[in-house]
Amino acid sequence: MQASHDTHDHAHGDHGDHAHHGRAPGLMGWFTTTNHKDIGTMYLWFSFVMFLVGGAMSLVIRGELFAPGLQYVSPEFYNQMLTLHALIMVFGAIMPAFVGFANWMIPMMVGAPDMAFARMNNWSFWLLPPAAILLTGSLFVPGGAAGTGWTLYPPLSVQMGLGMDMAIFAVHILGMSSIMGSINIITTILNMRAPGMTLMRMPMFCWTWLVTAFLLIASMPILAGAVTMLLTDRHFGTSFFNAAGGGDPVLFQHIFWFFGHPEVYIIALPAFGVVSHVIPAFSRKHLFGYTSMVYAIAAIGLISFFVWAHHMYVTGIPLTGQLYFMYATLLIAVPTGVKVFNWITTMWRGELTFETPMLFALGFLFLFTVGGLTGLVLAITAVDIQLQDTYYVVAHFHYVMVAGALFSAYAGAYFWLPKWTGRMYDEALGKVHFWTSIVFFNVAFFPQHFLGLAGMPRRIPDYATQFTDFNAVSSIGAFGFGFSQLIFLWVVLKNIKGGEAAPVKPWDGATGLEWTLPSPVPYHTFEDPPVITEEHLAAAH
Amino acid sequence: MTKDTSNQFAGLKTVLTVLLAGSLAIFAGVAQAEWKLNLQEPVTDLARRIYDLHTFLTIFVTIIFVGVFGVLGYSLVMHTRKRGHKAADFHDNLTVEILWTLIPAVILVAIAVPATIALVNQRDTSKADMTIKVTGYQWKWGYEYMSGDATGIKFISVLSTPRAQIENKEAKGENYLLEVDRHLVVPVNKKVRILTTATDVIHNWSVPAFAVKTDAVPGFVRDAWFKADKEGTYRGQCSELCGKDHGFMPIVVDVVSEAKYAEWVAAQQKEMAAAADDPNKVFTLDELVKRGEKVYTTNCAGCHQPTGKGVPPAFPALDGSAIVKGPKERHLAIVINGKPGTAMAAFGAQLNDADIASVVAYERNAWSNKLNDVIQPAEVKALRGK
Repeated sequence: MQASHDTHDHAHGDHGDHAHHGRAPGLMGWFTTTNHKDIGTMYLWFSFVMFLVGGAMSLVIRGELFAPGLQYVSPEFYNQMLTLHALIMVFGAIMPAFVGFANWMIPMMVGAPDMAFARMNNWSFWLLPPAAILLTGSLFVPGGAAGTGWTLYPPLSVQMGLGMDMAIFAVHILGMSSIMGSINIITTILNMRAPGMTLMRMPMFCWTWLVTAFLLIASMPILAGAVTMLLTDRHFGTSFFNAAGGGDPVLFQHIFWFFGHPEVYIIALPAFGVVSHVIPAFSRKHLFGYTSMVYAIAAIGLISFFVWAHHMYVTGIPLTGQLYFMYATLLIAVPTGVKVFNWITTMWRGELTFETPMLFALGFLFLFTVGGLTGLVLAITAVDIQLQDTYYVVAHFHYVMVAGALFSAYAGAYFWLPKWTGRMYDEALGKVHFWTSIVFFNVAFFPQHFLGLAGMPRRIPDYATQFTDFNAVSSIGAFGFGFSQLIFLWVVLKNIKGGEAAPVKPWDGATGLEWTLPSPVPYHTFEDPPVITEEHLAAAH
Repeated sequence: MTKDTSNQFAGLKTVLTVLLAGSLAIFAGVAQAEWKLNLQEPVTDLARRIYDLHTFLTIFVTIIFVGVFGVLGYSLVMHTRKRGHKAADFHDNLTVEILWTLIPAVILVAIAVPATIALVNQRDTSKADMTIKVTGYQWKWGYEYMSGDATGIKFISVLSTPRAQIENKEAKGENYLLEVDRHLVVPVNKKVRILTTATDVIHNWSVPAFAVKTDAVPGFVRDAWFKADKEGTYRGQCSELCGKDHGFMPIVVDVVSEAKYAEWVAAQQKEMAAAADDPNKVFTLDELVKRGEKVYTTNCAGCHQPTGKGVPPAFPALDGSAIVKGPKERHLAIVINGKPGTAMAAFGAQLNDADIASVVAYERNAWSNKLNDVIQPAEVKALRGK
């Protein structure tokens, strides 16, 4: 994923004059770099490390749940694991992964030399490690980490110890990082496109990130507000969420989910973007319905702000509220459906091949659709009352999140890896990674639908004996899935060390400016804006 | 790399074989009852309506899935380079786009209609035959009958699964983690209105067979209802993460005939009258400690542990604690009023004077705290409300 540092002197032609502006040598170079490719690389490595940390926590959870009874961990530690697993996966793994893709690809896709605010870009990344240290370090303070679930609901979160404050500060820092990253992305996309790269010619990944960045700017301050109110309730005697002082615990949930639902699409939209590049490339066709895809993304982004209380059907919101949120939630299924139909029509009558990126994109489509359809079931308030806070919901959001985000991130990583490192990855290993992942994923999460239907609540460290069998199956799947991810690490390390040199355009069906650059891409690219020709254009036309 | 596709379906075939074998194994297992695949058997009209709605939705989304992926599957098999298919060149069709926007929208409206009817019915708590207040505590449920013959009956319901079963030191019983010391009892075919609230954090009172799941929010009252038409024992669990023992506060409801219910009410009232302590009774230290140990095991041991060592810092030790060994007024005050911002509940609302006196006396005399303190219920009474 790196290797660009030793290649800048190979950057010939138009860019050769600038090649000496490389990264400073050694570790200091990584601290001070303002190069979008370096920063993208750091984001991607950071997110993968956090993914392994969060994954290890999920294996603690699944290990404990393999059989009824308490075997390995105490209930309070179990709660800390499920909280940190979610916070780390959402804020430490998935979001930074797609910011990494954005850093690497957006300037190259729109024909810009770098991100608009290169120093701020450095700062956005280097805020992440302190946040990660706060989150994981909270396990080692007296009382341990927050044990509230990632939703941090008061009054439970008011009862927590120092670990909770550390989580709150981590969320603040991560929010700052996201907002700065978003400002950078919006400015780059709006102001730094090469001449001729009009908005409606822009690659789909840039479109999804443009909408996502606005969602982040609108929603992260709301989360920061919510956790700040929590902090003052905890330490400074305010009563925002304390009924005894005139507050309302449910207020926190409204604020949290007003952030939390857009957050779902913050994770999903860039994933949609990646898939919208991979599917056309391996279908040797243009993306079907580019315009409607753009409108669908915008519609999803907008509606995502108006559906938050479908996470709160059982909190006692009024009937009219339940009805409104049910209708609004059903509405969001329409643009999401449009996207799925467009992807499928893109493949229709194509010339399909199934290299690893395409396999992951298909895996994404398959699993995301399952998660989307169970989401439709959950949207129906009366049915949700049977399923809320059960394993059905756990299954649902893992299908949407792991499939929607992780599989798409893998599709993107395999797709662009040859461009980044200048070498082809091991295709056979990539395929093994895909097949083990998708099989074990389904073994881990499909049975959880049945557990939820039968009434097993989520976030419990021990369960009644009738849930034993499916839990055992699910745990086996989870361990298989977890260890399968190490194959990816192997593929990437192998790729960095060596391998067959990648051509400028390793995928014959791929389109877009990034495929006009040498492999590996030079340290500096597009210092002079490229001339946009039809041939260059991304999947747009 | 695009040349390397010759082997692409070999992997697929293996995987499909494994999946097929796996699903066969699962279906074989289904016969053995433990592999429950669907919602619990509903025993109210509303729960049946929701059950049917869920069945309809599941079939419906399965059809959509099979339809959509059938089309995709055809494409994945037929439109491949391997088969020599050449890519067509089309990338826009307004009519198709409009159709696949409008048709799902119409279908969703069609789904919304029965969903709305069920929901309106679900929220109609009017004209209830009786009302029961349910209070969530960390980590147990309190029940209080608010109307009808049973008015005034109130009790706390706690997990009765022995610790040894949870810790795998003995075999797990039939209703492992789904059994409590005192069941909630309601008559069959009566509309029971549930009012939920909580004293510490948010809990959720949930019984799947009744299709009831309502948050219990501290400081607020929510309502729900059910009208069970089949006698039996129905079990549920707290469904909102409420701290350490969230997984250990089940709900058990007995639905009984009208006659049996009347019997139960009479028995409860008799028992309550008998159990009511003479407020002026003077206890000896032995009596206090003996009674206090029982109260401690039910109410305190979950956090402070049977050994009194606690789980610091969240749940402090009582053995050797400065508060326990300090003035008894302060010790009593914390037990009665709780400690805001921590999991220490205000037990004044849950326990009577004699229970509080005896549990505090027990704590002051157990483990290494040999204070020989005697505390009388009258002292508790005097401290209440201060």
